[in-house]
Order: sequence, then C-alpha cells, then structure tokens
Amino acid sequence: MAGGDDLKLLGAWASPFVTRVKLALNFKGLSFEDVEEDLSNKSELLLSSNPVHKKVPVLVHNGKPICESVIIVQYIDEAFAGIGPALLPSDPYERAIARFWAAYVDDKLVAPWVQSLRAKTEEEKSEGLKQTFAAVETLEGALRECSKGEGYFGGETVGLVDISLGSLLSWLNATEVISGTKIFDPVKTPLLAAWMERFSKLDAAKAALPEVDRVVEFAKKRQAQAAAAAAASETNVRA
Amino acid sequence: MAAKPDLKLLGMSVSPFVIRVRMALHMKGVSHEYIEQDLFNKSELLLESSPVEKKVPVLIHDGKPVCDSPAIVQYIDEVWAATGPPILPADPYERAVARFWTAYVDDKLFPAYVGTAKAATEEERTQQINEMFAVMGQLEEAFAQCSNGKAFFAGDSIGNLDIAVGCNLLLLEVLRSMYGVEFVDTGRTPLLAAWAKRFGETDAAREVVPDVHVAVEYAKKRQAYWAAAAATK
Repeated sequence: MAGGDDLKLLGAWASPFVTRVKLALNFKGLSFEDVEEDLSNKSELLLSSNPVHKKVPVLVHNGKPICESVIIVQYIDEAFAGIGPALLPSDPYERAIARFWAAYVDDKLVAPWVQSLRAKTEEEKSEGLKQTFAAVETLEGALRECSKGEGYFGGETVGLVDISLGSLLSWLNATEVISGTKIFDPVKTPLLAAWMERFSKLDAAKAALPEVDRVVEFAKKRQAQAAAAAAASETNVRA
Repeated sequence: MAAKPDLKLLGMSVSPFVIRVRMALHMKGVSHEYIEQDLFNKSELLLESSPVEKKVPVLIHDGKPVCDSPAIVQYIDEVWAATGPPILPADPYERAVARFWTAYVDDKLFPAYVGTAKAATEEERTQQINEMFAVMGQLEEAFAQCSNGKAFFAGDSIGNLDIAVGCNLLLLEVLRSMYGVEFVDTGRTPLLAAWAKRFGETDAAREVVPDVHVAVEYAKKRQAYWAAAAATK
C-alpha cells in the first residue's frame, strides 16, 4: 500500500452499505482500521465527518471524510488507481452502464426490500416484496448483458455493480433463513443465483460479509423490538 | 476537424435532469440532435432506448443509449475529456465531494418540488415547502465550503455541482410563480442568491433554460394529470 495512507472506516457490522465499502477495500487489497460505531450513541468523529446525514459508512482517508457508499467505492477506485484491480471498466460507455446499474440496485432493489422488512402492514410488506422481485428479474437481464458470458457484472473480474449487489448477500441469506423466501431464486433467476454462489466464495467477500447467523439474530431482534413498539403504541392509544 | 458525432439527446425542455445534460453538452461544445419528448405519450425511440426507466434524459451516442443524468454527465466529461473545460474536478477527493452534493440535490430537492406541486392539502404543501427551505440552507453551507470564496461551486467557472444545483433553479421559479414562495432569498441564503444570479447569466443557462411560463404550463398539466389519476382510483 502507498506509504503514509491512513484509512479508517466508520461503520456498523450489520449494514450492507458498510459491507460494500469493506468489499471495495478488500478487492483493492487496501488495509484499513475498522471502527465500529454504536448507532444509538454516535461518536464525535462520525457526527463531524458526516454532519449532513450522520450515517455510516464514512471512509476517513488521511483525515478527510468521504460519505455515501457508492461514492466511497468510486473514490477508492480513483484515489488508489495504481493499486489492485480497477473496480470500474476503462471504457466510458461501460462505466456509464455500471453507474446506471449501481444506482438501480439501491433505488429499485434495496429501497422496496427495506420497505418490506420494516413494513407495519401485510399490504406494505407484499408491495415491497413485489417491487423487489421485479427488480431482481431486471437485474437477471442486466447480468446476462453485462457479464458477456463471464462470471461477474464486471465481466471476468468483480466491478462496481458486483460490489453494490454483493454487499447484500448476508441479508439475502438471512431472509431465506427467517422467511424461507429466496430472493435470488435459482429457477427464475439462475444467473443471479449462480453469481451469488460464485461471489460468496471469493476471499475478499468472505472477509467483508457478516456471518449469516449473526444477521439472522440481529434481524429477529429488530423485528421483535418493532412488534413490541407497535403493541405498546396500540396500548397507549386504547388507554 | 473531427467528424460530427452521431449524438442524439432525448429530452423534455423543462426537466431539470435534461437541462443538466444540455448544460454539460454546451460546456463541452458538442453538437448533437435534440429531440423533445412528449412524456404523456412516450415515443417508441424513448421506450427502446430507456427500457428500464422509460425516462428522459437519454443520450444516444453512435446508436448506444446512456441513461441517468449523473451517469450521462460523467460520460460526456470522459468521452470529450480533451474538449472544453472539465465538468468534474480532477482530484479524487473533490470529485467525491461534488458527487456527494449532486446526490444530495437529487435525493432532496426534486422530490420536495414534486411534493409541493402534488400536495393535496395546505398542510402537506407547507411541510414540503419547509423541506425545500431546509435543503436550500444546506446548499448555502455547501456553497461556502466548495467555492472557497470564488464565484461558482467549482471555482472561477461552472462545473458539475453548479449545473446539478443550477438545473433546478427553474423549478424554484415555478414555485415562486405558483405559490408566491421565494426559495432563493438574499436574506436566508445570501451566497446562493448571488450565485444563482451569476449562474443565470452564464451562456450555458441562457442557451438551455426555457422561460418560466413554459415550466409553469407544464407543471399545471402534470397537476391535472395527477388529479385525474387520483379521481379514477
């Protein structure tokens, strides 16, 4: 690694957006300090590094903060251009396609999926899942086009879109454990199911992705807390 | 001289995302064919070129479509890197800051505008308007940080963040015209107000931004469309 580079990642182990940055750092072969934040008691460093959103992840490079996971991944690719593999292709058209699909993952897959996980009604939950599955189908087509017969969205090697989507794997697996739902169904979306297997076996991925058991426990605890809060507020209303 | 590029832009004149891309093309002096789209009756070309989102802007270069305005602007910057000024800064950290504020504007300003125009009650509208004021306050701080005392977000001349914020000024004028609210206020956000005036006087803005009454007309058409859709539910 280049001399004198100080890299701190302010994160939370369960957050896929934080995992996304760890994946990028690992694929580039960069070492960093992994700072776990207590999101219920945010550190001064986090609050001063991300005053606008006060969220993780934040990458602090030689004292300068970079926020927003997709922006951080592109920063890592550009600031460490000479080191490790390139995370974006060199052709401007292919870069534009990668940027489009990375934005799509967050706007059309993650957003409705989070909505379904946090849903307070069955209707909200099923609407969220419907949109999630629609996005997954579209991404199957995207993988077919972008991979050009190779293993990844980035072609032969992992790229921005692989990292964006790959950051969700522990949560995808946890969802299957909790509800039995396979978001990347091997019958409906065979390419994505195979891609998920392939990506999970990479060393950089194994080092970055949280353990599925831990995520399952975390998700169940959160669901219980949400249910308790909902019950409590109902009691208050009745009283 | 290099042959004219095979370049088409599918757009809608008052869309801030389209305005942004047209400004980027103007900065680079790239000639292209602009094709206005009817978003209430989408063309075959638009649906083919943007099959996933079915939205404008779409840049079609040598027959290959590029969608999503931030991706398009960066594409223009990279393909025509040798022509005209750089749109994004060269330094990776400054690029990250520019991208951060562009994402902020896109996530907060445009939805608040749509929310204000779409609001069914006065209460809802006031809420959205307050959200807009909060965003403008944040952008005032961003300008102070990024400009370093110079005329534009990017410094002495316009860059990515200027066009990302500047393309939305038309919408703010629409809201002023329709609801009498002044979002670019010399009292609340003096730096932004001064910048907005300078930005409005740039060639890029003059060439590309339509008159406010065109935008107001479109906004009213949209409102009628939403009202009809709500009525049929």
